[in-house]
Amino acid sequence: MKPTDTSDPEYFHKVVDCQFACPAHTPVPEYIRLIAHQRYTDAYMINWESNVFPGVLGRTCDRPCEPACRRGRVEEEPVAICRLKRVAADFKDDVKGLMPKAGQKNGKKIALIGGGPASLTVARDLAPLGYELHLFDAQSKGGGFMRSQIPSFRLPEEVLDEEVGYVLDMGVDAHFDTYVDSLQSILDKNYDAVFVGSGAPRGRDLPDLPGRGDADKNIHIGIDWLSSVAFEHTKKIGKRVIVLGGGNTAMDCCRTSRRLGGEEVKVIVRSPFEDMKASPWEKEDAIHEGIPIIDNHVPKEFVVEKGKLVGMRFDKVEAVYDDTGQRKLVSTGEEPVFVECDDVLIAIGQENAFPWIEKSTGVRFTSWGTPIINDDETFQSTRKEVFFGGDSAFGPSNIITAVAHGHKAAVSIDLYCQGKDLSQRPPPHVTLVSQKMGIHEWSYDSIPVDDKREAVPLVDLKEALKSKTLEVELGFDADMAFVQAERCLNCDAQTVFMEETCIECDACTDICPTSCISFVENGEEGDLRARLLVPATNEEQDLYVSDTLPTGKVMVKDEDVCLHCGLCAERCPTAAWDMQKFYYSMAKATPDLLVEAAE
Amino acid sequence: MSYIKPTFRHPRLPTNRLGYTVADYDGSISTLCAGCGHDSISAAIRNACFESAIPPHRIAKISGIGCSSKMPTYFLGKSHGFNSVHGRMPSVATGASLGNRNLTYIGVSGDGDTASIGMGQFVHLIRRNVNMTYIVANNGCYGLTKGQDSATADLGSVAKGGAVNPFDGIDLGSLAVLQGASFVARSFSGDKAQLEPLIRAAMAHKGFAFIDVVSPCVTFNNHNGSTKSYSETRDHLDAMPLDFVPMREEIRTQYDEGTTQNVTLHDGSVIHLHKADSSYKTDDRNGAMAAVQKAKDEGRILTGLLYLDPDTQDLNQNISLATRPLNELGKDELCPGSKVLDSINEGLR
Repeated sequence: MKPTDTSDPEYFHKVVDCQFACPAHTPVPEYIRLIAHQRYTDAYMINWESNVFPGVLGRTCDRPCEPACRRGRVEEEPVAICRLKRVAADFKDDVKGLMPKAGQKNGKKIALIGGGPASLTVARDLAPLGYELHLFDAQSKGGGFMRSQIPSFRLPEEVLDEEVGYVLDMGVDAHFDTYVDSLQSILDKNYDAVFVGSGAPRGRDLPDLPGRGDADKNIHIGIDWLSSVAFEHTKKIGKRVIVLGGGNTAMDCCRTSRRLGGEEVKVIVRSPFEDMKASPWEKEDAIHEGIPIIDNHVPKEFVVEKGKLVGMRFDKVEAVYDDTGQRKLVSTGEEPVFVECDDVLIAIGQENAFPWIEKSTGVRFTSWGTPIINDDETFQSTRKEVFFGGDSAFGPSNIITAVAHGHKAAVSIDLYCQGKDLSQRPPPHVTLVSQKMGIHEWSYDSIPVDDKREAVPLVDLKEALKSKTLEVELGFDADMAFVQAERCLNCDAQTVFMEETCIECDACTDICPTSCISFVENGEEGDLRARLLVPATNEEQDLYVSDTLPTGKVMVKDEDVCLHCGLCAERCPTAAWDMQKFYYSMAKATPDLLVEAAE
Repeated sequence: MSYIKPTFRHPRLPTNRLGYTVADYDGSISTLCAGCGHDSISAAIRNACFESAIPPHRIAKISGIGCSSKMPTYFLGKSHGFNSVHGRMPSVATGASLGNRNLTYIGVSGDGDTASIGMGQFVHLIRRNVNMTYIVANNGCYGLTKGQDSATADLGSVAKGGAVNPFDGIDLGSLAVLQGASFVARSFSGDKAQLEPLIRAAMAHKGFAFIDVVSPCVTFNNHNGSTKSYSETRDHLDAMPLDFVPMREEIRTQYDEGTTQNVTLHDGSVIHLHKADSSYKTDDRNGAMAAVQKAKDEGRILTGLLYLDPDTQDLNQNISLATRPLNELGKDELCPGSKVLDSINEGLR
């Protein structure tokens, strides 16, 4: 193999598994260390710079970082990254003074359609540069999906208000209760660019299922129902509730039902339990609240007696996979199953809909109903001054993805308004600094602790079910947070190898607790992977290969289960290994928001 | 400096015949200087015991005094151990071997502990052919007292302070061959591919097995002018690679004839010597001495298996000791009482 090019920031970026997996590339190990040092405000600001809504995400994020966490590969459970983020938000000081202000007006005017995470991120990134920002949303407050579809027992309203407020306070001209029904009318107002972050608001229905029309009074589209609960239009539901669907929205629907009078709430899903789209922890939370999840049942009909819904019939199926891994749900041939109910919540996904975007605008759509977008870097539509982001770009995803879209779209809008080429993206902000404090001393707690992951404490179940606003999770206290933060392996403390000084004494190979380092003859990657001290079978993880050393061998480090404990560097007599902190922040329209704020 | 080794290990560490991973043969974290050759030897011993699937509790580590003799703390944390008086490890090893002949004994010593203060004991240990593996971590200096020349420092080698050594060094390998050792090898701490099979063969050998290992002192003897630095040793290395195949395993690799010689040990294990020309004989004591001397004259460091007598008689056999270990014999067997004494005396009248 060729020597690894560590001057390409993407190499070390990939080593920090959590940060790499995060769509917004939040510098996770950095803020976790700050939490351990009780520097909650600094931890919060690092988060805020990267993901705009740390308090919201610390409670609701889909956490792609956690399945990626290296700790999950060397031990069982990943670091509790998401809930540590909440710790930073819970314990921070007043951060208002640290927030950047709107910049000197630059004469450019941008319209933002929708007030959700994507639009707010675009606003946050563009405001310090002096853009005039007009935000339109049909709801009476900002936050979009975060406000209407996440129950407040998971996300208290004041947390959302605070973080939406930080963005709006940067001089954003917000027009709430304003439904934009024509893109053309916006374009006619001579905006320099338009960002569409209107989400994917329409929940999918089962219009053709027998009985659908007759039972309409007791059948609700999950996502609309959640939003009407949030706005207190809906305050109760029948005793027996069926929730159709297996995603996180279904989980929110069933748990909310429990709080609005639902006593026998069942989730009924077509697919096998393992294939359900809901995150494992969301399923656990539902089961914990006494909600059975019945899988492999396909809705057949709504049963109506005397004009009233009395139950539903389901076909029992089993999943059959063909050679290509394609799943088919095949009826088992058994009698259809009848389940009694008073109400049904349909939470089987969402559809994109842009009835307000006229053909004449030149914005074109795919056959799936999503806008045709240049690529997932620029977010530019077929009408060059119109940009999309969040769920409106590629269909339903999650908050952190919407934030990431916002960052990229803001960069594009800024380039576009300056008349620059959108494909010439600014580079990420990267630093790489030695962490050496003494001959054998590092600036971070290098030796991993053995503590196990602990669950976040919850309020008493009885109390929780009595209220729909009482937050269920109590969050970690400072002591628990410290222990959980110390579980982080500091993967951003990179093992940097300098072959010029290596004397091939084998000290690093001998000391490495997880046998990551081998000195072997070079070869092709597959061959090399097989010849290491422990064969490197996890091909998602890179090999770090040095140039040829004096004996003709090369140093090969398998990044897979490196603990970043620094023992290789401590045992190296010539400092050919060094532990260097790698800081990576994805490119944003305002290059350094926090410095900007400090000045 | 870290004095704690993380408890996490690679989740896919291979296991040996006993189901142990190499981590089960680990010791405490080393307190030797970073990059010390001795740590590589520790790792080679650990790997050799793992590869040969010797149960850790059936091994005893014995050492004297010095950097080298601290080593046993850093490997085989679940084995027996005795850190003896300076240069007196051979006495302890001899006693232990007589007390329990069923353990695998690994003696670790240094150039000072063996070639200076311990020389008297060392030669007698060879003479008695105690069944053990004796490893000298040879760095040519007294690292623990800041790098003075040791008895094995080569003539003309320059110490870190600039002084040139005016004495010829003691060559422990030649001495062991001359004194009648039944297994003599030399290796280099930076060549685990050779050192590990040598240690495995030495442990399988029934009798005294000696391995002189050049092990650079990274703090006091790794500069230009030193003859035992990493770079100097590598430049002059004349290594004979080898493989060790224990008795229970079948020989899988095919070697070309003429480039490989096989030596079968007492227990049926086989040592494959590579790059050996047909005239090379491991059972030729005079030839071994000549080869070492010739290499020395030519400025080469000859490493590999120098001499082996697979059918030697060890101490327990030579003095016709009971076949069961002494520590397993009961009081009545060890001290049969006055009646038996009387009958012996009677028989002599």
